[in-house]
Formats: sequence, C-alpha cells, structure tokens
Amino acid sequence: MTQPAPSRLGRWFHRRGWADLLIGLPYVWLVALFLLPFLIVLAMSVATRAPTAPPFAFGGDYPWVNLRGYGRLFTDDLYIRTFLISATNAGFATVLCLLLGYPMALGLTRMPKSWRNLLLMLVILPFWTSFLLRVYAWMGLLGKSSWFNQGLTSAWNWLVPADWAVSSLPLMHSNFAVVLVMVYTYLPFMILPLYASLERLDPTLDEAAMDLGSRPFRVFLDVTLPQSVPGIIAGGLLVFIPAAGELVIPTLVGDSSAPMIGRVISDEFSAVNDWPMASTVAVALLILMVGPTMIWSRYQARAEGLAEEAK
Amino acid sequence: MNRRPVFLISVLCFGFAFFYIPILSMMVYSFNGSRLATVWGGFSTKWYVSLLSNKQVLAALVLSLKIAVVSATCATILGTMAGFVLARFRRFRGRTMFSGLVTAPLIMPEVITGISLLMFFILMANWTGWPGTRGFTTVTLAHITFSMVFVATVVQARVAQADRSIEEAAMDLGARPWQVLRDVTLPTIFPAILSGWLLAFTISLDDVVITSFTTGPGSTTLPLLIWSKVKLGVTPDINALATITVVVVGLGVALAGIIMLRAEKRRLSDERMAFRAND
Repeated sequence: MTQPAPSRLGRWFHRRGWADLLIGLPYVWLVALFLLPFLIVLAMSVATRAPTAPPFAFGGDYPWVNLRGYGRLFTDDLYIRTFLISATNAGFATVLCLLLGYPMALGLTRMPKSWRNLLLMLVILPFWTSFLLRVYAWMGLLGKSSWFNQGLTSAWNWLVPADWAVSSLPLMHSNFAVVLVMVYTYLPFMILPLYASLERLDPTLDEAAMDLGSRPFRVFLDVTLPQSVPGIIAGGLLVFIPAAGELVIPTLVGDSSAPMIGRVISDEFSAVNDWPMASTVAVALLILMVGPTMIWSRYQARAEGLAEEAK
Repeated sequence: MNRRPVFLISVLCFGFAFFYIPILSMMVYSFNGSRLATVWGGFSTKWYVSLLSNKQVLAALVLSLKIAVVSATCATILGTMAGFVLARFRRFRGRTMFSGLVTAPLIMPEVITGISLLMFFILMANWTGWPGTRGFTTVTLAHITFSMVFVATVVQARVAQADRSIEEAAMDLGARPWQVLRDVTLPTIFPAILSGWLLAFTISLDDVVITSFTTGPGSTTLPLLIWSKVKLGVTPDINALATITVVVVGLGVALAGIIMLRAEKRRLSDERMAFRAND
C-alpha cells in the first residue's frame, strides 16, 4: 500500500505540537498504568518470597533472580493439574460454542433481512447485562432444588435403571457447570465474528454448487466451511482466551478441588500472600495464551498478504 | 436458498431459549414469596421493597455510577486521542509500541491486570506515599486504563473509514484547521465516540475482578456487593436486583437501537435528497 500524502490538517497537527500531545497523553497513561504494572509482574515472578511487607525480596547471590517458582510449575502437582483443567475447560467451552454458534450464525444469515437486526440485537443484549448476574442466573438453575435440576433429574431417573436413580443431579460445583456457564456467557463472542464472515459469502456460490449436483451438506463442507475459517479462528480465540483466565465462573459454580488458573493466581496472591508465585503463574498463563494468538496473527497476516496479491 | 433450513432454525430457537431461559427464570423467582430462593412460595414483591430500602445497596449503586461516569468520560477522551493517532499518524517514533500498548490490555486476563495494578499501587504507596488509601481514585484509574483501549479500538475503526476528502475540501474552502476539526472531523466520528463512552460506562459498571483487587475498605461498588453475596449462594433480593438491571438495560438498548435506526434512515433519505438535488 502506498503511503497517502500527509494532509494539510496532519501537517498543522505536527507544526503546532498538537500531535505530540495527542500521542503523548495516552502513551504516558498506558506506560504508567499498564506497562509498568506488567513489568512489576514480570520482575516479581523471579523474586523471592519474604516475610516482609510487601512480601518479596530480591537479592541473595548472583544472578539475583529466583527461578524456583518456574521450576515449581513443572514439579508441583497443583500447578500441573490447574493448567490441565483450565485448558480442558476452556477447550471444551470453545468447541461447544463453535458447535452451537456456527449453526446459529449460519441460521441468522438465512433469516429475512428485516428480522436479522432484531435477532442480532437479541444475541448482543445479554452481553450488555451484567456478566456477574448472567453467571448468577445459572446458580439458580443448577442448584439441587431448582425446577431445572429437578426436571433433569426426573428425565435421568426415567432413562436409567432404577438403582442409578438419584434425588438430584450434582450439577453445581463441577467442571460441567463451569463449561456450561462459559458457553452461556461467551457464545455471543463466537456468533458475532462467525456471522460477520458468513454474511459476506456469496450465496450464488452455494447455488452453483447445488446446480452442479452437490448435496446440501457437501455444499456446506466444500463451499461454506472453508470460507468461514477466519471467523472460526477469531471466534475461537475470543472464547478461549478469556475462558482460560476466567476467575468469576469457577469461583461461583466451579469445583473448588479442581481450581482453574485465575483462581490459583488470585488465591496465591490474596490468601497465601505469595506475590512471587502468583506472578509466576500469571506469566505462565500469558505464555499459554501467546501461542494461539501468534498463530492467529500469522494467519491474518498471510490472509492479508493474499488479498493484497489478488489486487 | 429456497429450501427452508429447518435444522438451522431449530438450532437458532434452541440457542435463543438457552440465552433467555436462565434470565427469565431469575426474573420469575424475584417475585417468589419464599425465603428459599429456588422453591416457589407464592407471588410477592417484598424482595423489591427490601432491596430499595437497603442503604448499603443504594450507596454501592451511587459509588458504581460515580466511578462509571468519571472513568468513562476520561477513558473516552484518552481513547479517542489514541484511536485518532492510530488511524491518522502513520509514522512516529514508538508507533509499534503504542499500538501494542493499545491492543495488549484487550486480551490481558482480568486477574493479571488486577494483581499487577494492586502491586503497582502498593509499591507506589511504599515508595512515594501515594496512594495513601485505595478506593475511588485507584478503582477509577484502573477502570480508565482498561476501558480506554476499547474506546480507542472503536474510534480507530471509525476514523479509518471516514472520508478525508471532505476535510481537504473544507480546508480548500478556507476553513481554519480547528474549524475543520470542530465542524467536519468531530461530527463524523461522534457516533463512535458516543458508543465508546457507552461501552466504557458499561464495562466499568460491570467490572468485578479488577475492582476487587484495586479497591480498599469502605469502597464497595455494586458488582462487589453482589459478588460478596452470591459467593454464599442464591438469594431472592439479588434476583430482584438482577431483574431491575435486565429491565433497565433492555429498555436502554431498545431505545438506543430505535434512535440509531431513525438516525440511519434520516441519513439515507438526506443522501437521496442530495443526490436528487444534484441531478
């Protein structure tokens, strides 16, 4: 892409020093309140826990850093289990969001135009209401005496042999509940990018494939699905990344004996008062998330490169 | 496609039932007369009465609204600046880091943002004496930081789309730079600024995790109050609070939707008139 010639407005900005102010103010703010705190986390992750306030110390022998925290990540059972549970829960939630969100997004594109905006608004509306209250709504449904649990229990008792019958299903405080509520709260993040990429598709391609004798499901596999891969990746990351670091959902409906990373970071920090270890786990979580993000940005750069070449 | 996509429509129905049944159930149970939150005990509005006379809840709501208004306003100013810079200034020293700093908070897990800010505030207090106590100021600073990047993203997209030739035309016709900014640029990106403010306001009003790390004793926002209550289980007065929230938000979103639809229609008809006048 060629660089557009600087506009006269742009030149005025630079000549009068306004540009420096526009750049400088948000820059300084983000460096002070985002970058600096983040560097503190990085430094803290190699500090040593100390019985002082604040509870850390640097020092001792050269090279003044303490990598034992990172060692514990690989040797301590708690951390290994935590990472596995977080990755599994977030992974299941992402796959289920895709399985439910994809047909929903595709269904939205097939709706009459006059309905679409209303339906899209209904997808977004829960997003505007409080996240905490949406999690809370499920606490009401999953509990032992709720109509939802009792209904599922009757269905279960009717389906299984009599000696498996239970008085209520143990839905609350389980990984099942965590995944279910994650799907519930993050589904709009999956539907919206999928809808955006599916809506752009040319319907005549489908019709051409149909005219050439493909069955509808083959048309979906060969025509629609490959073209919606960017939407799938974007939606998947938008669900997986926040789900992996989730704190509210596992605290409210999760199994406290199977903690997730967010919970462990918070507990190490507040309950155990071990700042260095909390920071080490935080850095490890970021490393876990960097992988998928890198793949995405590389994919996007390649897609943009292809689009440029096509022009 | 002429065929009725039966499968897609049934999944869509299931999806919307999945979205709304928990919320509807919660709303129905807010009128439950029983003290047990999940067992129906007759219709009653007593939880609304007890909620509205609860001073703690009202104080928390007022604090939350104050923080949300102040932080959304500051975040909108800073975020608009950042979004404008990212869309317009192609080259300046440190641009890569600038765009990284605007993107990173979007994907940073809330827990990490929370503990990093708390450690920052504690260490700052140790070294410089500021902030002496954590509360309104620290929470607001934290909220400005994580919501300004959302505003920046929204504004950047709008500024990048805006037609620059109108600004050039205004300059050619003799408008002074600040007049162009005020009369051309600002009105063009105003919808984005407004939706950025609303977004910042909502995420500030909604935040639990970062607030719980950056607040101090005596400064309990509404989400924190709900958080401390629901950790102990389901209570009927929270059902009532949730119902009020859902109704207020639903009406607000519907109203905003109608206004935006009207504005869009007016814009389209204006454009049509302008074209016709040109013919």
